[in-house]
Amino acid sequence: MLLGLAAPSILIIIAVIMIPLGWLFYLSLIGKGGEFSLVNYQKMIEYKSYARVYLTTFEVSFLTTLVCILIGYPLAYFLAQLPQRMAGIFMLTVLLPFWTSLLVRTYAWLVLLQKKGLLNEFAIQIGLWETPVKLVHNMTGTLIGMAHIMLPFLVLPLYGAMRRIEPDLMRAAANLGAKPVQVFWKVFFPMSLPGMVAGSLIVFVLCLGFYVTPAVLGGGRVVMVATQITAILENQFNWGAASALGVVLLIATLIILYLAGRLLKLDNVLFGRN
Amino acid sequence: MGFWKKPASETQITHGDRLWLYVVALVIMLLLIIPTVIVVPMSFSDSQYLEFPPSHWSLRWYEEYFDSAKWMRSTMTSFQIGVLTMLVATPLGTMAAYALYVSEHRAARTIFVFLITPMIVPVILIAIGTFYVFGQLGLNNTIGGLVLAHTSLATPLVMIIITAALRTYDLNQERVARSLGASRLKAFFLITLPQIRFSILTAALLSFLTSFDEVIISIFISGGVNATLTKQMFSALRDYIDPTIAAISTIMVFISTTLLLATQFFEARKDK
Amino acid sequence: MIDSSKALPIVIRGLTKKYGSLYALDSVDLDVSSGEFLTLLGPSGSGKTTLLMAIAGFNRPDSGSIRFGDTEMILAPPHRREVGMVFQNYALFPHMTVAENIAFPLKLRRIGSKESRQRVDEALSTVQLSDLGGRRIDQLSGGQMQRVALARAFVFRPRILLMDEPLSALDKKLREQMQIELKQLHRKLGVTTVYVTHDQREALTMSDRIAVINHGRFEQIETPQAIYNAPANPFVADFIGESAMLPIKRNSSGDLFYRDLLIASGYSELSGKEWLLVIRPERLFAVQDSTPASDQTIIFTGVITEFVYQGETAFALVSISDQHNLSIRFGTDSSGSQNLMRTGDTLRLGLKRSETIIIPKPST
Repeated sequence: MLLGLAAPSILIIIAVIMIPLGWLFYLSLIGKGGEFSLVNYQKMIEYKSYARVYLTTFEVSFLTTLVCILIGYPLAYFLAQLPQRMAGIFMLTVLLPFWTSLLVRTYAWLVLLQKKGLLNEFAIQIGLWETPVKLVHNMTGTLIGMAHIMLPFLVLPLYGAMRRIEPDLMRAAANLGAKPVQVFWKVFFPMSLPGMVAGSLIVFVLCLGFYVTPAVLGGGRVVMVATQITAILENQFNWGAASALGVVLLIATLIILYLAGRLLKLDNVLFGRN
Repeated sequence: MGFWKKPASETQITHGDRLWLYVVALVIMLLLIIPTVIVVPMSFSDSQYLEFPPSHWSLRWYEEYFDSAKWMRSTMTSFQIGVLTMLVATPLGTMAAYALYVSEHRAARTIFVFLITPMIVPVILIAIGTFYVFGQLGLNNTIGGLVLAHTSLATPLVMIIITAALRTYDLNQERVARSLGASRLKAFFLITLPQIRFSILTAALLSFLTSFDEVIISIFISGGVNATLTKQMFSALRDYIDPTIAAISTIMVFISTTLLLATQFFEARKDK
Repeated sequence: MIDSSKALPIVIRGLTKKYGSLYALDSVDLDVSSGEFLTLLGPSGSGKTTLLMAIAGFNRPDSGSIRFGDTEMILAPPHRREVGMVFQNYALFPHMTVAENIAFPLKLRRIGSKESRQRVDEALSTVQLSDLGGRRIDQLSGGQMQRVALARAFVFRPRILLMDEPLSALDKKLREQMQIELKQLHRKLGVTTVYVTHDQREALTMSDRIAVINHGRFEQIETPQAIYNAPANPFVADFIGESAMLPIKRNSSGDLFYRDLLIASGYSELSGKEWLLVIRPERLFAVQDSTPASDQTIIFTGVITEFVYQGETAFALVSISDQHNLSIRFGTDSSGSQNLMRTGDTLRLGLKRSETIIIPKPST
């Protein structure tokens, strides 16, 4: 049977994704003594620190997404206006960071954002501020690093969506009397919205589960779900608590994706065979 | 100055009117690139401390890297795992992409979504999940375990790339080949495969990169003798900022750039 | 709906547009009278779309002038030209309903919602889509989209209407129906209309005048009848209607001969020795073996090489020399006299001398 060709992939996904996730789910329901209980979930509701972790996580994710939209939209728009070949060349500036290990990028930001780092030196030179500002090992550094890492995830789908907008629509709008600014806001922007929402979602969901960059650039002060999970495992080896946190993260991710999928009718995007 | 008066879009707005956009875009692109390539000059700095611009130039960090048995071992490990991942994920993903694209079975869609899940699930969960399960199975800190895990990340990527390639390809050619007497397998290998070969190459290279650059799963399930390069770098970053990392990063940027340019080359050749 | 005195004439002088070294438009002149329906007819790459886009303001010609009435428009941006335009793929805004699409130009002109709604309803009823205001664009058929595009183009009462192959995406039957409807609409609106097409039949059906364009230059600009019956050169003769072209030579007495067959006399004032005889297939008729040539009729004798029965007509390809064929179409009648014709038979074809079309042979 033809579908049998997909079997090896299915097996790997089951082995590496489904079974471990299933175990996590199971583990989250096991209390300290090894018995079935919801104590881990109870603790999450009771302990304020857990609530704060989720709050921080959503905060960081939301802010990062916002920054990505503000920076990414103009960039995607610029690229979408270029002739194909030039766009391909400039696109490398988006693709190169995308395919460079995030460790390298995180490390680079670590250096750039130090007290004696490039950013502070540059800002002082051009007079933005006078004494070095603490830009790393805090929320600011984390946001900057994450925005940088997430930007391609927004720009790429947004660019794709923008390219698919029929140029004649812009001509029609201009012909009907719309000034260039009006053409943008009344025709182009609304039509680019699905692509933007899709990209924003990808960014948001990725931020929720992110570990490396907040861990390095946050300096321990920005505690997100992933960092918390890791800390619990490293320090207490408390699989119950860690997996409960993880399960909630997973469910939150799935809910957001499901709602977004309905909103965007992702069916057409993923499965169109034309 | 004639360029600035030329129309830049369908609305006939000029390049000059859009100068602000070009400047903004340029700044953003610089902001994207600089943190990626800044490791390069940093790696040639003589100083023990992370400084930029370097006051003295030297190759000492490269020497440190190449002289260190630990770094070399982890690099080899990462390469090994990367190549193995590439060799496994590419055929698997291609087969899955083909099967699901061609099949008219109702289950095809569901399976497609199923195979995309590694991209949807937060990686941290895959990391700790596999850490636990592999721990029970003794697969932690093994090459095999890592290849399995990385393959699960790379396969959906391959699938998406190949599916996109198949969409622009006329399947009728395969049907013609089969009507002329070729089996489905032969038709695929003789007719379809050569025409999507550039996409397959791109998918292969990107699978390699996915594995080579992968951090978080490696942090959890690689270790000891089979620690990956990324895991070692991460430990080094967390504990003390070792400038050797700059040298290693430069090498990684170089690898990424080369592979990326190769895929661009393939893109360009694809349509010829 | 629109007073035809509110239509503007278009005056184009010396319009040139180059792409690299290629002349898309080569110093063209064109006059479109107020309220006229003029078709730009030509093959792909002839420059017809370039010219239309120049009139609409979507490209900037390298030199020349475009006037609407007395106003020079060549530097005006597209959103200030006040021309209605229908694009080939309709370019309807997918994120708006039918009514919103049509209201779009009215909103831009700050027309109040009450009057706007009224005008949209009027426009919808003119294109016979009265109940479809609330529909989304992806729910419309091709023909319906076409009409919405039209309604949107004239709802703001432009004095010039431009159409870029608007019917090319429709199937044959619908296209022919729409051609008639467009003509009726034009008559009703009275707006100056420039219509682009590559379909000569469409041009002949709809136009007051046809401007045949090729390689960025106009070959002939005249009424459909004039163009059909008196094409100015082989390109026009070939592009419009079916035709056969036979080389003819002039002798010193001013007689024109195809080989040794006398075609016409009295052409001594014509310069040049080489000419072409353009024969429209429908002007040929089968001639009995016994009928002689006469003052009014030329007779070609040939051998049938192909004979095809096509339902309402039959078609025969007749070889009159080793180099030339003439094609002739018969209406089929119930007597079935065509049934007696077969490949290989000799056939005599008559052509009235009054229906010969003689054009100069271009120097190559």
